[in-house]
Amino acid sequence: MNDVGGAALRLSKVGKIYDGRRALADVSATFEAGRIAAVLGPNGAGKSTLLGILSTLIAPSAGEIRWGDERLGRGSALRARIGYVGHEPGLYGDLTATENLTLFASLYGVDDPAARAAALLGRVGLGDAPSDAPARTFSRGMTQRLALARALVHDPALLLFDEPASALDPAGADWLATELAAERAAGRVVVLVTHDLAAAAVADQVVILRRGRVVFDETRAGGFGVEAVRAAYESKTRDKTRDKRLEATGV
Amino acid sequence: MSDGQTPASPPALRPAGFFRQALRIAAKDLAIEWRSREVLATMTFLAVVVVLIFSFAFVLEGSRTPAPVVAGIIWIALVVSGTVGLARAFDRERDGEAIRSLLLTPAPRAAIYLGKLLATVALMAITEIALTALSGLLFSASMGAVLGRVALLLALGTIGFAAAGCIFSAALLRARGRDALLATLLYPIIVPIVIAGARGTTQLIDPIAPDFDGARFWTQFLFALDILFVTAGLWAFEPIVSGD
Repeated sequence: MNDVGGAALRLSKVGKIYDGRRALADVSATFEAGRIAAVLGPNGAGKSTLLGILSTLIAPSAGEIRWGDERLGRGSALRARIGYVGHEPGLYGDLTATENLTLFASLYGVDDPAARAAALLGRVGLGDAPSDAPARTFSRGMTQRLALARALVHDPALLLFDEPASALDPAGADWLATELAAERAAGRVVVLVTHDLAAAAVADQVVILRRGRVVFDETRAGGFGVEAVRAAYESKTRDKTRDKRLEATGV
Repeated sequence: MSDGQTPASPPALRPAGFFRQALRIAAKDLAIEWRSREVLATMTFLAVVVVLIFSFAFVLEGSRTPAPVVAGIIWIALVVSGTVGLARAFDRERDGEAIRSLLLTPAPRAAIYLGKLLATVALMAITEIALTALSGLLFSASMGAVLGRVALLLALGTIGFAAAGCIFSAALLRARGRDALLATLLYPIIVPIVIAGARGTTQLIDPIAPDFDGARFWTQFLFALDILFVTAGLWAFEPIVSGD
């Protein structure tokens, strides 16, 4: 297995065009290990496309991503070091929690899938979940815990989150913040795409996309906090033309 | 760490082999189906209904139903019920975006395709047992002596049909109206399979003059089609699911 533990993920002039429509252009950024990077932006800014490219599920139209010394792409063996938690759980609803984890562990080539599944269920607080209950019967919070366990099943060095806090209750959001901090402490590269500025408050690095381009990329030791994230977001995503138009009409 | 749990220690990874991964995916599909029996029940029900409807039209008291009619009914029922199975083949991958998790694993896309194909063939094979037994009973078809050869024809036809169908089913994963689209796209492609299967079956179950040489030709023809469709499927699955 490739050793990229501790290596940074570097994006260089990454672009993506869908049917002549530009989704990303000249995106350059560095995501360091042991940090949480939050990618923010309004709808259509290219956040999901960027996450798709980072996960290797979407091929970029331009630019490259290097992880350590290697180029990250669909044919790269580094794919096996990526974990992904989406707003959809990425699980088989008809399988139990253990069956889901065992399945994915075996596909990743984990030596003892059953033991790994049991360890991870305990790790995410699902050790007491009914063993015969299909995953589709789980609450949203339990499903997200299981989705995280699934993403961690092969001990990834890069962990991608796509709107993980959507539809989580406050307790679930707190749990998520704790987990994100734990993954940072574990030395993984953590990239979080979200609309939720509160969820992004734990981030050490904030990248803001607007119309497919990076308009803000800053790292702060000790994290941003909600107010700093909100201030950066509002200053970089406000539609100034619209503001001027409204000002001119006296609104 | 959450809930005061100690962190799970990193796992030892040993890349699984191609066929092992394919079998794991097929086993997962069959385990889910064994629990719900949703797809299998619908496939079998449809196959039985098709055979019964044709039996009302073709079974005449005191006369034996012609072999070409029996063979045609069997293969039509196989295609109709198989289409239902194929339309549902990737439903569980689509729900909850499990397909994304599956594609992120190091399992080769071709292994994923092979796993889905194996599971579909297994489900169709179960349906075909009921289908063949019912047809033999209703149409008094003389299948006993040639059951092995008929089973081989059906198996080869099923593999080719499922190989082509799994590709279209994957391509239509997120399409609206995919059930109708699947039949529209798939049926023109599988016409040679149905012709070969029906002709070969006719020659085998003809009670007066079974033509084993002719049936052997159609069996070989189906085998060649299987190689073609499975190879095309293994090659085409990657670009189809990758959206390239």
